[in-house]
Amino acid sequence: MLSRVAESIYWMSRQVERAENTARFLEVTHNLTLDQPEDQIDHWVPLIEASGDKALFEAKHKTANSETVTQFLAFDSSYSNSMLSSLRQARTNARGVRESLSSETFEQLNDFYRFVADAAKAQPLDSPNDFFDAVRRIALQWTGVLDSTMSHDIGWQFANAGRLIERADKTSRVLDVKYFNLLPRLDDVGTAVDDLQWSALLSAISGFEAYRREHHLVDIEKVVGFFLFKRSFPRSILYSITGAAASLREISDMSKASSHGKATQVIVKLQHRLQETSVKEVLAGGMHHFVDVLQTELNQIGEALNQDYFHSAT
Amino acid sequence: MESQTQLQVGPGAVLHDYQTDGFFDELVDQHGQPRTDAEKLVNLINRIPPAELVRRQDAIERSLYQMGITFTVYNDSEGTEKIMPFDIIPRIISSVLWHHVDAGLKQRIKALNCFLSDIYSKQQIVKDGIIPQELIDTAPTFLPECMGLRPFNDVWCHITGTDLVRDDSGAFYVLEDNLRCPSGVSYVLQNRQVMKKNFPQIFRASKVRPVNDYPARLYQMLCEMAPPQIEQPTVVVLTPGIYNSAYYEHSFLAQQMGVELVEGRDLVVENDTVFMKTTDGLQRVDMIYRRVDDTFLDPELFRKDSVLGVSGLMKAYRAGNVSLANAPGTGIADDKVIYAYVPQMIRYYLNEEQILPNVPTHVCFREDDRRYVLEHMDQLVVKAASESGGYGILIGPHATQEERDQFADRIKKDPRNFVAQPTLSLSRAPTMIGDSLKGRHVDLRPYILCGRDDVWVLPGGLTRVALRKGSLVVNSSQGGGSKDTWVAAEPGQTVAGA
Repeated sequence: MLSRVAESIYWMSRQVERAENTARFLEVTHNLTLDQPEDQIDHWVPLIEASGDKALFEAKHKTANSETVTQFLAFDSSYSNSMLSSLRQARTNARGVRESLSSETFEQLNDFYRFVADAAKAQPLDSPNDFFDAVRRIALQWTGVLDSTMSHDIGWQFANAGRLIERADKTSRVLDVKYFNLLPRLDDVGTAVDDLQWSALLSAISGFEAYRREHHLVDIEKVVGFFLFKRSFPRSILYSITGAAASLREISDMSKASSHGKATQVIVKLQHRLQETSVKEVLAGGMHHFVDVLQTELNQIGEALNQDYFHSAT
Repeated sequence: MESQTQLQVGPGAVLHDYQTDGFFDELVDQHGQPRTDAEKLVNLINRIPPAELVRRQDAIERSLYQMGITFTVYNDSEGTEKIMPFDIIPRIISSVLWHHVDAGLKQRIKALNCFLSDIYSKQQIVKDGIIPQELIDTAPTFLPECMGLRPFNDVWCHITGTDLVRDDSGAFYVLEDNLRCPSGVSYVLQNRQVMKKNFPQIFRASKVRPVNDYPARLYQMLCEMAPPQIEQPTVVVLTPGIYNSAYYEHSFLAQQMGVELVEGRDLVVENDTVFMKTTDGLQRVDMIYRRVDDTFLDPELFRKDSVLGVSGLMKAYRAGNVSLANAPGTGIADDKVIYAYVPQMIRYYLNEEQILPNVPTHVCFREDDRRYVLEHMDQLVVKAASESGGYGILIGPHATQEERDQFADRIKKDPRNFVAQPTLSLSRAPTMIGDSLKGRHVDLRPYILCGRDDVWVLPGGLTRVALRKGSLVVNSSQGGGSKDTWVAAEPGQTVAGA
């Protein structure tokens, strides 16, 4: 496969996943504010913090509230990580490699982009909840189309790796920020408010029902464990890394050149580390530190992919 | 069981009020009767309520948009994409007429290939006084860098899209040869596909020759024309990238042939051999179907500022290690001035008379012609040789005095750059305008593949239609649409299955 095509597919997939995660976080936050007595806790600032682009936001908006944060994260076309920009970039990447995708894959992405672009023009949203609900559905359709209309050859493996690496990144960021945001309020542990907060966090990764079925009640250690190490849940970090590692191993096996596999080595090492770490160790060392190390390792995987397969200048 | 069906043109039938207005119409004769091989189509159109035709046309255009079958509109910062408007009434060409077109196109492409071999070697046609030396030397499309090149089998134009028109007698004329990177064939294939999906019953009733074997034939031809020493050639399509207006087509053809679509930055030349950069390292490339203009192909030899091409490509080509389709340099043969000499070329190289005539052309370079053109500006179509896509053209009878004067000045300043032709009364075809059928002018671009042993013409081609009333300009950049084009099959010929 052409290096450029592999790289475009990888990024196309990451960008769609990025847009989906942004939509999930916004949806959950909109929901949460409906249940929340006023002035209890600020939900919008942590969302901006999780994006990693607080400075950019503050340059454009004085206050973080439902309107400004939604506008920035969902529809700001001059902010390169907004949903709209992510989907536009994903679509541009897809157009450049159309012949390597299934027709349905391109058409689904085309629809997804147009849906969000149309909404951006029609702001403010009548019902943010309906909109983000629709986006989540389209994103799930995208996953289905990608997985069931494309041959699971090297191109799909790059798409899958991109999707799961992005997911691990976003899941870890939201956990980091929310954990920090919620933890100081130790007095609240066990109260209704606290329960709502952590439940909402679980909902952001569609994990609320799966968690309840297993643990019934909110327990901070168990929620953290679910986010990080739940082997069978498709949005947990361990699941994402394990899946991405499998794809990278497939790619290594399909490639003939001998110099391959730096990316595979790095991700397999990360996978083992995650498997051997316990929640208690994470909390003892500090959640923020744990996530920081994880992010560094994810970046290393990106660099290794570039060296191994993409050979691009950047 | 063939039987002459009576035309049912009662009130309410969509062709009931259709007027040919004295023009030659592609579908019906001056009495409103269907032309040869068109009865079944006309009857079927008449049985479908107009509202239903409109509804289906909308559905087709929506699906083209959804499929992303779009072209990019330049000078728009957002990179707006549009579909080419699609007209639901097919254009039909009888099998007898097609025989004539097919033979004429094959003859023409043979002569043009001979001309290219000659002009980039001995230039015998110039020495024998058929074409003036000055016209060759001053043509911007003549590439001195290509002197001495010998493409494999002496084929320069592997893929050609020749523009044809019909006048008020119904006779076909060649308007223009497109010998560099002719585009539009993807519309031919997609138009047919959406028509089959929306009107399966018409296809079952009519005997239409298929077009969907084009990608397979293209691939086969490209393999044939790869360097002969290569047993299993690697074919690629070279595109300028997603911002090119024909990008969709490049991607579509690569996908249909199952080959890589590459950009210049994906290729590298080492030891006069072309490679593409893959996840497995470098992989050799043997045949490049290039959709990048000649002068952008290789910054080492042509435009230094080109980022679309590959450094060293021409050296690799000259060394015989890679084939290019079409060969660089073909532009000289579709120069609008050189075009006027094609009848002489056919006589000179093939010793035959032209089967498909040129439109009579006045070459302003010749003094007598120039004087005639300047005196008859109000009757002629004047074209600048160096512009295309419907730009740099003056339609004398439709222009204002001021516009004519402007063009006259340009001709006097640079006569070499201008030709003029009589304003043809182009044929028309019934076209959905609003909810009724109106006559609109059409042209036809058939596609010709030139392989090792034979020349093949895609039965049909792209019919472009000028949607504006009275307009003669069919280019998609200027409000043109397209129609599915049917060539009627003869007994025994393969027909397009529904």
